Amino acid sequence: MNAHQEIRGQTNHSLPFGHFKNVSKCFSGPSGTPLVAIENVTFDVAAGSLVTLLGPSGCGKTTFLKIVGGLVPATSGIVQINGRDVIEPHEDFGVVFQQANLMPWRTILDNVLFPMEILHRRDSVAVRRAQELLASVGLEGFERSYPSQLSGGMQQRVALCRALIHRPKLLLMDEPFGALDELTRMEMQDLLLDIRAKTNATTIFVTHSISEAIYISDIVAVFSKRPARIVDLIPINLPYPRSAEIRYLHEFTELEHRAGRALGITR
Amino acid sequence: MTRHIKNGIYPLIGIAVIVIVWQIYTQAFDISRIVLPSPTDILWASVANWKTLLRESWPTFFESVLGFGLAIVIGIPFAVCVATSRVLNLTLYPILIATQSIPKVAVAPIILVWFGLGMESKLVIAFLVAFFPIVVDTAAGMRATPPGLLELARSLRATALQVFVKVQFPAALPFIFAGSKVAVTLAVIGAVIGEFIGAHEGLGNLLLAANSQLDGPLAWAALVWLSALGIALFAAIALIERVVMPWSEAGHH
Repeated sequence: MNAHQEIRGQTNHSLPFGHFKNVSKCFSGPSGTPLVAIENVTFDVAAGSLVTLLGPSGCGKTTFLKIVGGLVPATSGIVQINGRDVIEPHEDFGVVFQQANLMPWRTILDNVLFPMEILHRRDSVAVRRAQELLASVGLEGFERSYPSQLSGGMQQRVALCRALIHRPKLLLMDEPFGALDELTRMEMQDLLLDIRAKTNATTIFVTHSISEAIYISDIVAVFSKRPARIVDLIPINLPYPRSAEIRYLHEFTELEHRAGRALGITR
Repeated sequence: MTRHIKNGIYPLIGIAVIVIVWQIYTQAFDISRIVLPSPTDILWASVANWKTLLRESWPTFFESVLGFGLAIVIGIPFAVCVATSRVLNLTLYPILIATQSIPKVAVAPIILVWFGLGMESKLVIAFLVAFFPIVVDTAAGMRATPPGLLELARSLRATALQVFVKVQFPAALPFIFAGSKVAVTLAVIGAVIGEFIGAHEGLGNLLLAANSQLDGPLAWAALVWLSALGIALFAAIALIERVVMPWSEAGHH
């Protein structure tokens, strides 16, 4: 299953947007023995597509996402984004974490503008874009509020705006809806589909929810338990735009079965 | 707003009960004014000597505030260095703990020898007692930056200076204010220690003089004014905290 595989239609580019080959990660364990967290992960991500890394909790998919984001170095293998080796974070990346990670001392607007300040690009254009982004996620009128005045779902929307403010080419999302209740979670999935249609940023999304993975993705990479290996790459050929009804389609259930089998839950 | 008023009533009730019991006790048992003056005695002494008390409050006020200010100006950068540099932390922290374990009352006479009977020696003692809580709390605040925020900053390739100014320092502010509230009341105590050892002015000096003349009511009046001074300085820091950190209030509405 480690064979080189092309994802989501055959792109016009000769090189895929994201190229990962034989990526492995070892940690040194408690007694100095090496602990293999990720083993020979190989797949490609086409520009503009959404790939979900699906796997059991603590399997190493978050570590893999951090490797792609340049936050953690890989022990071996090739990690390329846009034809360049990833050795450190890049300003073309936007990251959304499981926790919203908002700064309690900043207003919602200033939280969204944080990346622009770091990149020295905070100006009137950036402020207008931040306002537009907030409006697009339904947070118009909350610009001057503080994070503590917002619910968990609203905070995660702000985090999404913050990740998009500098128009990243690659969006990395680490179980961003994992801490939300089921209904909010489904709302956020629709919001993500909506935003994707507008921004066209390539997205790598980590989750342990099978239905979430299928609902939002172009392709689902199923990871095994530690050490993480790819056990199945499932193309999701469900039509766009997607809405809640497709969850009840026969194909959707079939895909859930296939993912379940890959995870070893169903036979 | 009504909640604030309600919350303000309870401590007042507590104080009122103590004052009434105290008043009844001193009158019923005919306690000597030298030993324990009644609340009304203290009140009359305060009113009759208000000019003296006010005049003597200023030196104590300045000694406390300047000593506290010096502790802020030196203590916060010191704590930042200790919290961000492992080498400085290992070098300086044990020395800080060691000096802190020396009772300030024991050092006060030496400081008076060095800085004289004027305001400087009191300022230095106030600084010494206020320094420790500010350093300890600021250093704790610097280390308590949520790791998620640091990772976010790192994902944007923020420089060390940007991380400090935009993430670590604002995140440490609640700690710094907590330390400052403790420090400012300690600074008043430090100033009074200095005045006790040797001074020509100040509320501590007045208290000592009144005590030696067996003027119980005036000594207690000085004590009440000292307490009011400490409360006022504490309230001032709490007010600054609200202005500087409006977000900490925002969540409660």
